[in-house]
Amino acid sequence: MTPIIEFKDYTFKYRAQKEPTLRNINLTVNSGEKVLIVGPSGSGKSTIAHCINGLVPFSFAGESSGTLRVKGEDPAKLGIFGMSKIAGTVLQDTNGQFIGLTVAEDIAFALENDMVPQEEMFDRVGQVAETVEVQTLLGHAPWELSGGQKQRVSMAGVMVDDVEILLFDEPLANLDPATGKRAIDLIDKISKNKKTTILIIEHRLEDALYRDVDRIVVMGEGRIVADEKPDVLLAGNVLKEQGIREPLYVTALKHAGCTVTAESMPKHIETMDLEPYKEPLNRWFRAVRFEKPKKTQDCVLSVKDLYFSYTEGNPVLQHIHFDIRKGEMVSIVGKNGAGKSTLAGIICGFLKPTRGQILLNGGDISGLSIRERGEKIGLVMQSPGQMISKPMIYEEVALGLAVRGVPEDEIRERVYRTLKICGLYPFRNWPISALSYGQKKRVTIASILVMDPEILILDEPTAGQDYRHYTEIMEFLKEINETYGITILMITHDMHLMLEYTDRAVVISDGHLLADDTPAKVLTDGAIADKAYLKKTSLYDLAVRCGIGSPSEFVERFIHYERETGEGRMRHGEDTDL
Amino acid sequence: MMNAKSKFGVKEVVAVGIGAALFVALTNVQVPLGIPNTALQPRAALLAFLSAVFGPIVGAAVGIIGHALGDMFFYGSAWWSWVFPEAVFAVAVGAFANQYGIREGAFGKKEIILFNVMQVIGNAAAWIVAAPLLDILIYKEPVKKVFLQGLGAWLGNIIMIAVLGTLLIVGYAKVGAKSSSLSKED
Amino acid sequence: MARILTYEEKDTWIHRLSGVTKLVFFLLWTMTSMLSYDTRVLFAMMAASLVIYKMSKTRWKQVGTVLKFILFFLVVNLIAIFLFSPYEGVGIYGTRTDLFHLFGNYWVTREQLFYELNVLMKYVTIVPAVFMFVVTTNPSEFAASLNRIGISYNIGYAVAIALRYIPDVQDDFSKIRNAQEARGIEMTGKAPLLRRIKNTAAIIFPLIFTSMERIDVVSNAMELRGFGKHKKRTWYMGKKLETADYATLIVTVAVTVLFLAVTFHDGNRFYNPFAG
Repeated sequence: MTPIIEFKDYTFKYRAQKEPTLRNINLTVNSGEKVLIVGPSGSGKSTIAHCINGLVPFSFAGESSGTLRVKGEDPAKLGIFGMSKIAGTVLQDTNGQFIGLTVAEDIAFALENDMVPQEEMFDRVGQVAETVEVQTLLGHAPWELSGGQKQRVSMAGVMVDDVEILLFDEPLANLDPATGKRAIDLIDKISKNKKTTILIIEHRLEDALYRDVDRIVVMGEGRIVADEKPDVLLAGNVLKEQGIREPLYVTALKHAGCTVTAESMPKHIETMDLEPYKEPLNRWFRAVRFEKPKKTQDCVLSVKDLYFSYTEGNPVLQHIHFDIRKGEMVSIVGKNGAGKSTLAGIICGFLKPTRGQILLNGGDISGLSIRERGEKIGLVMQSPGQMISKPMIYEEVALGLAVRGVPEDEIRERVYRTLKICGLYPFRNWPISALSYGQKKRVTIASILVMDPEILILDEPTAGQDYRHYTEIMEFLKEINETYGITILMITHDMHLMLEYTDRAVVISDGHLLADDTPAKVLTDGAIADKAYLKKTSLYDLAVRCGIGSPSEFVERFIHYERETGEGRMRHGEDTDL
Repeated sequence: MMNAKSKFGVKEVVAVGIGAALFVALTNVQVPLGIPNTALQPRAALLAFLSAVFGPIVGAAVGIIGHALGDMFFYGSAWWSWVFPEAVFAVAVGAFANQYGIREGAFGKKEIILFNVMQVIGNAAAWIVAAPLLDILIYKEPVKKVFLQGLGAWLGNIIMIAVLGTLLIVGYAKVGAKSSSLSKED
Repeated sequence: MARILTYEEKDTWIHRLSGVTKLVFFLLWTMTSMLSYDTRVLFAMMAASLVIYKMSKTRWKQVGTVLKFILFFLVVNLIAIFLFSPYEGVGIYGTRTDLFHLFGNYWVTREQLFYELNVLMKYVTIVPAVFMFVVTTNPSEFAASLNRIGISYNIGYAVAIALRYIPDVQDDFSKIRNAQEARGIEMTGKAPLLRRIKNTAAIIFPLIFTSMERIDVVSNAMELRGFGKHKKRTWYMGKKLETADYATLIVTVAVTVLFLAVTFHDGNRFYNPFAG
């Protein structure tokens, strides 16, 4: 057991910030270990990785105290180039990390920079491509690859240097659940076969724990608040205190009044010893009150027999049909590239369907322009940066009205009203640059809401957000849905989101409508989950293993219980200073 | 004037690459003037923006690479007489990159005036001097025609950059600005 | 990706040539066509480039729309030349042979027609060379080729990054434009000019802003993998020069020298059929 990474009383402060981001870090990672670092946004977990790979202090300047040694070297002395031979980093934005024009070139990038002769590059690229299973994709361009494939190319691109440490910065953030599982599995294989030291920085604990890790380090406000074996950590309360979501099955057991112990090995639901919990869980299941949600019958949007293709004979969507009732919150799910975004594009009028109809309140909207549809169906894009075009909050929210020639007085009144709804009124005269990510997201939602749309479509509203921001955004959407009756459609591959916040999931797979049912049913149906690149919720396994006859009902009761009690969810108030 | 911006590191390489990609992508994006076959080119404002932010070298490289690739991909040709003047323009605007102080968020009235003076001069040097001269030298086109063409391009670009270029820089400077004296209002 | 020429993989001797060879050919060819005004040279170049174009097995579908656009542009340009300077040819060639009268002061002269024919050929002769170059050169080889002919690898790689990100940026642009259009912000339409430019700003700003963020991510990613470490770098996709490359290069250089010699042998780059 030789230490390969050693932080000793290490403190670091970014030049642009007042407070240190890392405070008195003491952390030792031994060669060959696999460590998971969790923590909410801003807890300093990414900064730890930046210190190891040398981006701190070379790309992100600042002051540090204490010592850091990586394989006996000080990264601040060795520099980014020197560190790149020891530690490879797989960034969260794998599209940004994909630099080459093709897979092979991207993998070879580090070798090219090292002036490795061409023949040798061919060999080494071929070998590493096999390790991460992209050998058949060598000639592909980045836009021909899925998110998971790009991530594997990124891994190959750093492993080609024979690094001893691999750093993964939120590897699950942009992947659908099934692809995320595969990524974690591959990381595990690399760790076992190559004895590489692995650090995974992630806030999606349950998904990251799909394969064993040696330790979990929990970060909070720049400090290490726990450094434990997974079983011990899951039995305690640290996770909840730090705003990190526990695995759902652990939460369910806690709801049922069980005291989860480390001895029962809670790190995997498949192998956990559930004997002590069966009885109380079954009792809880029978006791939880449950009523079917009431449904309105007014159909606001209906998609009828929709077909779409870019080129003839290559259908992207086929025979899609579903109804959205007024005031519903519905998720549109499916793997990346299944046609979800295309569907949203057709509804908004960006794309013309080859066949089929879309009715809004019973009327055909095929004759309406993008702009006219935009007044009734608002679209919020994934990243606020893709929408924000004015420096000031007020101007940004007012923009849609201003270009429509609405009188000044009315604009002011409507903008203020919308800002109040969105909790942004106190900031109305602020520049957008002063806002947090969550607040910027709200500004983009406000800029759509101001036009009084009947339907709001959101593309991946919570992608890359930690639990706290996720909750903040989703509670806000729930509020405008419940209070103002706005129908909300969300394109997502976040299973928690569909389960906790939507009444129904429309599942698209390879251009077909695969299912249109409650999220609890979709996520407990193995066949659907597989085809749509989702995965079954761990609550399903918990229910089955505890002998509960109807897993989907168990899931529904769990969700209902959480909604009723507000349990497991952080408070959402006016003082959202995010 | 140029020393602080003349370092050509990784970031500058990437800025040229992505800047040129933007320039190419905006090649067929035009704001029609209402007169047939004439349109304002937003990509001119993009080049002004990039030159003002990253300085003359990055600007000139974006102009040459972006214009050449744009011509090749969209028009199947390479009119070098209109490629190189982009660099002339970029150098003129980019020479004062440090004075604009865009990254520090200091882009105020004085800087807006300086930027616009430079863009008018730069556009004149590029489209009223360099491009027509090259057209005469290479293609022996009629003097009157090429200067009138150049004048048209100059006019179109200075309008585009005065409005769009200034808006982009002001917006970008504000986004990057630190705001310390903000308080919530009721 | 509307109206854009792209590389298409095929197996012809032109496709098999190294990118360096094609780049040198392309540069010498465009240079010669710019320098020469000798009708015989231009005619020979035009004929040769059509033959090469044919040999590259480029299909009409790949280049058709672009070609139509160029032809339209050229016709407009020729008309403009005539309107601005109907006697440009007379000035160049020193004689005047009127053919027929159009209107006012506008007479169509034999010299003007010949001059405009030369202008047309000068423009047209570049087109097949560009088509051939773009359609048959693997973009991956492009950066390596630039570096090979002496351009710094920084600039070479900047070109590679541009090629890598053009599709991404185009995709971003259309997404952003759609979303903004749904908010009512349009670049076209009947709004007054100033309003339209401001709307354009509202569409382009998010594009530029996300691109500026991307510059940071990409440069960090490149630095983490050692870009810029040494004065030189190797290229995974670089192609070695083979016999066919050397042969092509020799022919290209020889032809260029010949063409320039023919053009400039009498100290004047115009070929004058009207003299004596």
